[in-house]
Amino acid sequence: METGSAAPITEVSRLCKRFGTVTALDSLSFRVCRGEILGILGPNGAGKTTAIHCMLGLVTPSGGSIRIMGLDIARHRRQILQRVNFSSAYTALPANLTVYENLVVFARLYGRKDAREEIARLLELFEIEDSAGRLTGSLSSGQQTRLNLCKAFLNDPEILFLDEPTASLDPDIAAKVRTRLHELQLERGITTIYTSHNMREVEEMCDRVIFLAKGRIVMQGSPAAIIAQSKSRSLEDLFIVIARNGHLYEAVDDREAEPCGSE
Amino acid sequence: MWLRISAIVMRFFFLHRRSVARVMEIFFWPVMNLLVWGFVTSFLQELALPKTVLFLIGSVILWDVLYRSQQGITLAITEEFWVKNIINIFISPISVAELLGAICIVGIIKSLVTTIFLALLAFFLYSFNLMETGPGLVLFLGNLLLFGWAVGLFTMALIFRYGRAGEALIWGVPFLIQPVSAVFYPVGVLPLWLQKVAWLLPSTYVFEGMRQVLATGVTDMFKLGVSFGLNMVYLLLGSLYFGWMLRRVREMGYLSRMHLE
Ligand SMILES: Nc1ncnc2c1ncn2[C@@H]1O[C@H](COP(=O)(O)OP(=O)(O)OP(=O)(O)O)[C@@H](O)[C@H]1O
Ligand SMILES: [Mg+2]
Repeated sequence: METGSAAPITEVSRLCKRFGTVTALDSLSFRVCRGEILGILGPNGAGKTTAIHCMLGLVTPSGGSIRIMGLDIARHRRQILQRVNFSSAYTALPANLTVYENLVVFARLYGRKDAREEIARLLELFEIEDSAGRLTGSLSSGQQTRLNLCKAFLNDPEILFLDEPTASLDPDIAAKVRTRLHELQLERGITTIYTSHNMREVEEMCDRVIFLAKGRIVMQGSPAAIIAQSKSRSLEDLFIVIARNGHLYEAVDDREAEPCGSE
Repeated sequence: MWLRISAIVMRFFFLHRRSVARVMEIFFWPVMNLLVWGFVTSFLQELALPKTVLFLIGSVILWDVLYRSQQGITLAITEEFWVKNIINIFISPISVAELLGAICIVGIIKSLVTTIFLALLAFFLYSFNLMETGPGLVLFLGNLLLFGWAVGLFTMALIFRYGRAGEALIWGVPFLIQPVSAVFYPVGVLPLWLQKVAWLLPSTYVFEGMRQVLATGVTDMFKLGVSFGLNMVYLLLGSLYFGWMLRRVREMGYLSRMHLE
């Protein structure tokens, strides 16, 4: 894998977010290398979605900084958004437009010139080319998830944010989607930041994970390394231990790990 | 920039192309409204009231412009919440100004279509000629569109902030404005204190101006100028308020929460 350039493509330092009295993110620091697939794990309410939304400029942090591709999200949001994309099981494209119409609209929003060919290619890649003319609302939720993924690739993103992207997929399609994501990642060198509650999937997909509990990073490393380090049998076991005893762990500054490109 | 604006315009075009309900929205309600007031007018004319009662028909048509313009801008955004698309839009590189610009363009197109249709209908059914309002007509319409946007910015900001709870405002606010802007009667019939409020609304000048033209044939350019000036003030305030609310919404994380409500 290519992790040639030494500067991290994303660098988050001391990111804090409070919602009233709730502390969703508590001095979060981590970096992501180019081409890496980073998994953000943690129990419900750990702050995964909030962290991703901060990186997308949907939520303004209470403190700390986020640099993406060398740009500060607070000042260069639109330049960054042109070069990244996002898909989640919790967003949808307008139900009363057809699949194709929706993708055309978003291709334009991203200023894509060869929209027609790219849309055809992506629909085929995610195996929903037969649904191109159907109303988006008439798709099954798994098909809609795949449509969301098509949308997320429309601008050839350098960084892809995926918040539980496979939440509503059947195991067969989920496996296929993972393969596609892997292929696209290798082919286009995309960096991916990923959340999922499916530990097997995380083990399979992610080069590295950060574990969040109560808005802090309590563990980080490659799935194999942290399983070994914690003497757990699997990532799933480790997850349960951390979810139940998160408060016992010290916060980790992920940036103290090896620098990008040291492999 | 134009590509992004055209993308949003296209989104609305796609939406309306297929939806009977949406096309009805452009024609059905306005036409029903016109019919009711048209027949009221015919009835009043039979009572041998002066010809000027015809202005009621003009009022209906012009009121519709204001109402649609406010609705258009507010509903366009609210709809993105309803269909959970708001995040997709906000993480695309479109700026808020471009988004609003696109929505205004859609609003102008819809208003034009409805107005022309109503004007034709009024002409054939009640021989009311909207053109009699003279060259000032364009200015009347323009001022109403602008005021609709200004009000729309306020209502939209409230929707952003209060979500579902704020939705009643989309329909409520215009009807708060209607009695005060003297749509169907001269400002003079309002109590004195309310008249003062009325003259703060750009719409009042338009409706007064329209009645004046129909009665005397004179277009009061001064009134239209004041109306335009007020509109600029309200648009500025509306934009500032909307921008401020958007920053608050980003701080509170409402963009990511709203679809869950
Ligand atoms: N807009 C908001 N207003 C108030 N509290 C919020 C808001 N968004 C998130 N929170 C709170 O912040 C914490 C983190 O939420 P977040 O959605 O980031 O968790 P998550 O890790 O994505 O959880 P899940 O696995 O359930 O998706 C939670 O306690 C949540 O209640
Ligand atoms: Mg989440």
